[in-house]
Amino acid sequence: MRVPRVLLAGAAGLTLMLTACTTDAPTDAVEGADLTPDQEWFDEAEFETQLAQREITPEGPEDQPWLQAIEPEWIDTSEFAHESPEDATLCFSNASVSNPWRVTGSITMEQQVEALRDQGRIGEFRVSDAADNDNQQISDIQAFVDSGECDVIIISPSTTATLTPAVETACESGVPVVVFDRGVNTDCMVTFIHPIGGYAFGADAAEFLVEELEPGSTVLALRILPGVDVLEHRWAAAQRIFADSELDVLGYEFTEGDGAKIKDLVSQHLQRGEVDGIWMDAGDGAVAALEAFEDAGQPYPVISGEDELSFMRKWREEDLTAIAPVYSNFQWRTPILAASMILAGEEVPSEWVLPQEPVRANELDEYLERNEAMPSLHYAKFGGEDLPGYPEAWTER
Amino acid sequence: MTPTPTQDTRGSGALAALAALGRGGTATVALLLALIFAGIATQNPSFFEGPPLMAFAQKAAPLVVLAIGQYLVIVSGEFDLSVGSLVGAQVVVAARLIDGREDMTLPVIGLMMLFGLAVGLVNGLVTTLLRVPSIITTLGTMLILFGAVRYWTGGAPTGALSESFRAFGRRGIEGVPVLGEIPWALLIALVLTVGAVLCMRSPFGRSLVATGDNDVAAAFSGVRVWRVRTMAFVGSSLMATVAAVLIGGYAGVTAQVGDGLEFTAITAVVLGGVVLGGGRGTVVAAVLGALTLEALFTLFTQFYLPSTFQPSVQGLIIIAAVAYAARRGDLRLPERLRRRPDHPTERSLGTSRR
Repeated sequence: MRVPRVLLAGAAGLTLMLTACTTDAPTDAVEGADLTPDQEWFDEAEFETQLAQREITPEGPEDQPWLQAIEPEWIDTSEFAHESPEDATLCFSNASVSNPWRVTGSITMEQQVEALRDQGRIGEFRVSDAADNDNQQISDIQAFVDSGECDVIIISPSTTATLTPAVETACESGVPVVVFDRGVNTDCMVTFIHPIGGYAFGADAAEFLVEELEPGSTVLALRILPGVDVLEHRWAAAQRIFADSELDVLGYEFTEGDGAKIKDLVSQHLQRGEVDGIWMDAGDGAVAALEAFEDAGQPYPVISGEDELSFMRKWREEDLTAIAPVYSNFQWRTPILAASMILAGEEVPSEWVLPQEPVRANELDEYLERNEAMPSLHYAKFGGEDLPGYPEAWTER
Repeated sequence: MTPTPTQDTRGSGALAALAALGRGGTATVALLLALIFAGIATQNPSFFEGPPLMAFAQKAAPLVVLAIGQYLVIVSGEFDLSVGSLVGAQVVVAARLIDGREDMTLPVIGLMMLFGLAVGLVNGLVTTLLRVPSIITTLGTMLILFGAVRYWTGGAPTGALSESFRAFGRRGIEGVPVLGEIPWALLIALVLTVGAVLCMRSPFGRSLVATGDNDVAAAFSGVRVWRVRTMAFVGSSLMATVAAVLIGGYAGVTAQVGDGLEFTAITAVVLGGVVLGGGRGTVVAAVLGALTLEALFTLFTQFYLPSTFQPSVQGLIIIAAVAYAARRGDLRLPERLRRRPDHPTERSLGTSRR
């Protein structure tokens, strides 16, 4: 009597699974998402600092935000001054170019290198790409140190904790080190360049939704992945803002930035009830989320995306109520400029906090016009318009 | 709901039908699908009200199409790991070539079909004539396509699909009573399913299963094993191309399109009770497996389970389904040993021994 036994076992297993699911259904998911930020990813002081930094007028030329700095503490770099900067070698260890934001940024960086090289302010530029692999990046940095040919080492770390020792090794070699984008747990580098940060990004987006939506409106959060600090900070800040609001946060979904997944998840939420607002931790796939509303025949939500062009074009086309928070892509220019300043022995800020301002409705047309020739998945605030290769370098990627 | 036992149920009477449910074939996966649908219904009663059901069908159609392709390869005793990359490559290339121009739609779809055909031929011929195990061949193709697309696009796809291209995956026949809109994707998946069922009943289909069951015996009985298997790979790549049209239409171009689809497709086929290593399982079961997997993911969303959990579930399903199938296999072990006096353990790699 084998078959019935197997059948019984299978049925029992299934019943167990299904009932387990039923009883385990998170009751608070129905009432709304948990709005207490995870302590691992939330630093109250840093959150307050970033929110305050948004209001501070940065020092530096207004038309060159990549040279601006918020409350800089200038430090002397004369010990690193190079006799002939036109022969100096810049070595850049890149975490990866695995997403459109990094692709856009790295093109801008290459163009900045060209510009400074033409001016004789830097010499050779070497790049290694670690393809998001920590171990690869550690050995890339080690190879730069061992070669002894680098006059400046620029690092865009793939992860914070793991790369810290490698950055320290680079510092100990006596070569000036410039770190940008994601941080590391050391201050041995000459300068650490980054925009205000993830908390400010998430707060810009959340505050906009709170402002634009009636109390009691429903909001769905779309997140790319858990465990990435810059993204976790965005969500933690949003949790704080939403917790103090009257909005009803339905929950959050992880999408991996995959359009098909986003569209499916949003469609399913729409089947179960109204969604008035969409909060995103990055703009990838924002258009797919909006299409889910179109295909369900529902009015567009109030949405926070990013300064990625396909989203911004959709915004204008459909006259959406939207905001594009910005994680300043022009920051890719700054490390090269900082390196040339260090080679010249000029002062640089020890922590170089770049401005980070969202694109709002009143600036939408201006940014779309400036980027008219640019493809989708390009970032409006890439800041490369005055570089020699503009626009071909970005349009023909 | 009453499960609908299909091909596997040959006995008469309720008892035989009931017994078939436990046998891990079409009937089992149909029962599983019914149970999951029941679970969804408890969470979201409006799911069966036409439009949501059609939305589900539209979302599930690409995986159904991929599962049909993967079934052809698996039942012939091989694997095709390249389909996810192929879908990604096709969508990205199509977006770049079409670049929003309507008049490019048909030529580009034609080109995609040719490209799919070429990839399938390479997979098939390398596996059969050069005797590279298919798991390696298609792993290679997967990496080649993945790398080539990353290199060509520099990590960020450009261009846009035209509206008429996207219609296949996004639009449908509008104004249908009760259902609202019948998606083209559903119709395409239905046509392909019917086509695949007919194909599996044709002499080619029977040769394919015979090859997967025992390629030596098949060769002795006059089957040109290399040709049959190559055709299976071509079928899989063409199905992946159709899936690419549907997926690109559904959600447009993102850098991540196609990621991990090969494993989802294999999971779907295995969930349908199709035996890895070939020779057993029906295409209907593979299709039901795809629907079940999509329904399961839908159920997870209903319970607010994070989608990051999905790969773990796929892993569990693969192991459980194969273990279950192997258990069934135990019962027939003496017969199988008789049929295969050399190394029966080598079977799962499915090399073309002739």
